Amino acid sequence: MLLTELEADPTDFETRTGWTIKPEGACKADVCVPLPREARRPDGRLDMRIVAERLGMPVVRDADHDLWAVGPETAVTGRALTTAVAPDLVLPDVDGRPFRLSSLRGQKVVLVAWASW
Amino acid sequence: MWQAVRSELHPSGLEVVTVALDVEAGDARPFIEQAHPEHPSLIDEAHVVDELFGVVNVPNGVWIDEDGLIVRPAEPAHPGRNPLNESFRTVDLSTVPPDVADMLTEARKIRSDPDVYVAMLRDWVEHGPLSRFALSPDEVIRRSRGRSDAEATAAAYFELGQHLHRAGRHADAIPHWRQAHRLDPDNWTYKRNAWNFEDPGRQGHTSAYDSSWFEDLKKIGAENYYPPIRP
Repeated sequence: MLLTELEADPTDFETRTGWTIKPEGACKADVCVPLPREARRPDGRLDMRIVAERLGMPVVRDADHDLWAVGPETAVTGRALTTAVAPDLVLPDVDGRPFRLSSLRGQKVVLVAWASW
Repeated sequence: MWQAVRSELHPSGLEVVTVALDVEAGDARPFIEQAHPEHPSLIDEAHVVDELFGVVNVPNGVWIDEDGLIVRPAEPAHPGRNPLNESFRTVDLSTVPPDVADMLTEARKIRSDPDVYVAMLRDWVEHGPLSRFALSPDEVIRRSRGRSDAEATAAAYFELGQHLHRAGRHADAIPHWRQAHRLDPDNWTYKRNAWNFEDPGRQGHTSAYDSSWFEDLKKIGAENYYPPIRP
């Protein structure tokens, strides 16, 4: 997740990483990681130093461009999947129209990654 | 090719969703338009599916059931036999330059099992959770790719590079992509995207990176480029 400062809107954080911020902590399906009270700022934004540390998300910086990037979680299973519940992937089609994976509930889905290269 | 799979299995309840891991969406457009897909055909410039599903190479497939549960994690996913995709296996090596012949000789050792994945998919579409290829949630997590701090850090560097490239600062992206390659050398999607900008198509050795597709393929052994499909 790309940031210009080490804080994030909880909805943006959920969309990009699949982690929902709830009273019990950061949750992905039935897996919840407790967060200290100070992880959520008074304005509702997340302190990404704290959230990233708790979820085992590495943070890297490009000082020249004043950018931060937060990697995916490592803290729970140590694997790419924390849960078998599919994240609600939202990606654009080639014309930029967003498509939500969860709109296909009720059908079997094979998600196929490919590339022109 | 995936449109053919979709035409066959959509009446039985399967939807195909393709995701192009092209940092430049325009590069994927001609392929999508030529395929005339009836299924969602998406673009993932930031390689979100690498992070969310553990994709490290293409083609990779993930099965998701009617309730939104992953029943097979990311694994090699070839959509059947395609004469075009197989042409590198039959070209007369004496008619191409020696370096190309070397590359083709190695590439022919790549395992793709083109019939296996679609046969498994048909079985799952027919039998649902009773298919022997549909895995339990614990097994799905266990079979998903291991993720160390180094690999997660590589994802962050890849995204920095991707952002800078798309912002018109390609030269500034290269150091970040080099870091991603160093930290997660098994992720071919990071490497091939980067190599392809310097040497489109061949993905050869350039001054920007320490290796190339062919060099890294030989290093691991082409037969290991795709892990074998585990039923």
